[in-house]
Amino acid sequence: MKINYCDALVIGGGLAGLRAAVATQKKGLSTIVLSLVPVKRSHSAAAQGGMQASLGNAKMSDGDNEDLHFADTVKGSDWGCDQEVARMFVTTAPKAIRELASWGVPWSRVKAGTHEAVINAKKTTITEDEDRHGLITSRDFGGTKKWRTCYTADATGHTMLFGVANEALKHDVDIRDRKEAISIIHENGRCFGAVVRDLITGELEAYVAKGTCIATGGYGRIFKQTTNAVICEGIGAAIALETGVATLSNMEAVQFHPTPIVPSGILLTEGCRGDGGVLRDVDGHRFMPDYEPEKKELASRDVVSRRMIEHIRNGKGVPSPYGFHVWLDISILGREHIERNLRDVQEICQIFNGIDPADEGPKGWAPVLPMQHYSMGGIRTKPTGESTRLSGLFACGEAACWDMHGFNRLGGNSVSETVVAGMIIGNYFADYCLANDVTIPTSTIQRFVDEQDQYLNEILAYNGKEDIFKIKNRMKALMDEKVGIFRTGGPLAEAVEELKELLQKTKHITVKSKERAGNPELEEAYRVPKMLKIALCVAKGARDRTESRGAHYREDFLKRDDANWMKRTLCTWPNKDDIEPTLEYADLDIMKMEMPPAFRGYGAKGMIIENELSATRQNEVDSIREKMEAEGKDRFEIQEALMHFDLPMNYKEKNERAGDK
Amino acid sequence: MSTQKGREITIRVLKFNPRSKVSKPHYVEYKLEETPGMTLFIALTYIRENLDADLSFDFVCRAGICGSCGMVVNGKPTLACRTLIANYPDGVLTLLPMPAFELIKDLSVNTGKWMDGMSKRVESWIISDHQVDISKLEDRIDPDVANDTFELDRCIECGICVASCGTMLMRPNFVGPVGLNRVARFEIDPHDKRTADDFYELIGDDDGIFGCMSLMACEDHCPKHLPLQNKIAYLRRKLVALR
Repeated sequence: MKINYCDALVIGGGLAGLRAAVATQKKGLSTIVLSLVPVKRSHSAAAQGGMQASLGNAKMSDGDNEDLHFADTVKGSDWGCDQEVARMFVTTAPKAIRELASWGVPWSRVKAGTHEAVINAKKTTITEDEDRHGLITSRDFGGTKKWRTCYTADATGHTMLFGVANEALKHDVDIRDRKEAISIIHENGRCFGAVVRDLITGELEAYVAKGTCIATGGYGRIFKQTTNAVICEGIGAAIALETGVATLSNMEAVQFHPTPIVPSGILLTEGCRGDGGVLRDVDGHRFMPDYEPEKKELASRDVVSRRMIEHIRNGKGVPSPYGFHVWLDISILGREHIERNLRDVQEICQIFNGIDPADEGPKGWAPVLPMQHYSMGGIRTKPTGESTRLSGLFACGEAACWDMHGFNRLGGNSVSETVVAGMIIGNYFADYCLANDVTIPTSTIQRFVDEQDQYLNEILAYNGKEDIFKIKNRMKALMDEKVGIFRTGGPLAEAVEELKELLQKTKHITVKSKERAGNPELEEAYRVPKMLKIALCVAKGARDRTESRGAHYREDFLKRDDANWMKRTLCTWPNKDDIEPTLEYADLDIMKMEMPPAFRGYGAKGMIIENELSATRQNEVDSIREKMEAEGKDRFEIQEALMHFDLPMNYKEKNERAGDK
Repeated sequence: MSTQKGREITIRVLKFNPRSKVSKPHYVEYKLEETPGMTLFIALTYIRENLDADLSFDFVCRAGICGSCGMVVNGKPTLACRTLIANYPDGVLTLLPMPAFELIKDLSVNTGKWMDGMSKRVESWIISDHQVDISKLEDRIDPDVANDTFELDRCIECGICVASCGTMLMRPNFVGPVGLNRVARFEIDPHDKRTADDFYELIGDDDGIFGCMSLMACEDHCPKHLPLQNKIAYLRRKLVALR
């Protein structure tokens, strides 16, 4: 048995994992990052549109600050988020972006003088002041009060990932790619690392560390139609679940993005609509203003996605060999803008669909349809990023639920979360590794490695009629059909039952090649049961949550039910042989909220079953605010009185802005 | 769904497992029906799920963004995810793993290992002694300069330029077009305080900027259309002037 020891083990080499690794390495800890693929190929690279941070530099973002970003994030979450975490996030985001700039991320900058923008389908002239020239600029995204999304054209994730990955190399972080963690080593409620399979040699190794941080991204590939990369299978969350100790949270909270292109599912960034692109139906009619007169195409993602499907159901979809879709029209932005700021979008349209979106009229319209996009759920952690139940296990980024997105996330907040969580959690994680020792006998490590070794042999010895690829594809279709954008009790219950059957069928397969290395079918055979466990958490969570909140939309329970569902779902898998997860619930404490539940400002009104505590807390908040304002206290002092939060390093320092008086 | 039957296409793949004692390089032919908009990502996934579960290849984003799926298609290195079958009129595609990289198996090569080495070699990160306070206003960068930096930062390190490079065949230690592009990128980034002399130390030899034979297949094949030719010529003029 080969044991690799280090101080801090990071599983997952996307933006969150790499940024956390820089944090631990900088604190003098030997750090290893394990990644399925070369880290610069991580799904983080696919983020096009941008990163939210309230810099307030550009004309249209002047006056922006943490408070506005906080309010947008809480509203966006449909009050499902942890407000303390949201505060930690909005306070650190401007620092994150400035740090990234110093690491070389070539953020698009404010150019003094006039430029044209399309706002609400009308050409508008914007004048940028001379004194803002050269500062980081930002664009509009859905669900935000100000233009807050900072970007590098439409390759933001790519430039950020390269910036952070290069910084990790600079600090000598030990990055090992083509390594897959397949089980967590733990004893007496404490995590000590992972059993890892080398994807080239097939060898099993143990990685033992003082602390382990999972940053493996989301689980979009349990759905058929998804914008996610093929590696986003949720295995990191699944191995945490399989400990039987750690919990996953809010797994039913799955976001669908309005504008992936049909049929490939490749995302056309929200920046398309942010920059002024519009949605059109079969008649070429711009339909979003009919449903959402105020926010139109820039309502929150869950709202826009549902309105599109609703419009298609009303008979206004465009027929195609792949079913009905609607059109995204960005030609009104003008060829110059597209070729400068939306070049990847243009290339995707040209290569995969033979369309040039800069062509005016129907010729340039791209077929789009909502598809799975983001996993709000994940490994349940405290605000420090540590699992609430398994000490020494941390999680950050999309794999985690720490939880700032609640039941719906705003565009530009996830790529922002990756680095911000990497900074905050990375530092708490480092402190944990500094304060704790490895205290596990090698015999225990051996037991965990042996268990996986036997499991792989068992899979190769299966002798049944089922096919692992067919099981996987059935799961994906099922999730789309019954656990998708619109959900109802009956089909959700059917989905849970069939997923349980599929999970049992995974033991009745035959893997044709018996090789332990270089055998893609063997990899499917141990991954698909893990994916099915994640799918069961999503489906069962959705079946039991009898309300609509954010992206979780029940056609049989249309209202957001604050009276009964101000709760977080917790999933565990206590016994190895269970065929479904165990669900519990934890209350969200309204009396501790800085912003008690209210209407989101988009979507249908009057769809809330109120919790009486909301009004009580709102009165409390109002009176504190009134009193302190009368005393001449500033917004920071008032915020502190309403809801205290902590941050490591100097991340709580006030963010300087060009517009500061 | 359309019921019209697509044409039959042939995908020929060079299969080889260098870790197996018995495996020898050999071609395997797969025949399948073309579907509308079919890319090599779709075709190879179909082959693995239905015809040959043992076939190894790499995809991550399947959208031309991550650079995982470089392979040689009918003699040209290209991104497989963006390769539309419809663009091959005779419906026959022969696939080989990219040369110049360590072969893992079949179509899968170890670009990550090579790229990490390259990044460390050219110190592909910002070097500066300027202490940044991230609570304060960021340094101002001229928007056009930021944009010029971005234009070169768009490289996805797919390795296609390396697989296309004639110098690579003769000089295995050549830093490759991708490495030279990285230097050009940091050379124009105002955050980076390195001088031309510093860059000369990194690439001022025949394994660096003076090894390039200007055959320019790198630029011809670059899926991101990076201006490699101009940038290499610019660096060479700049660095040769130093000595």
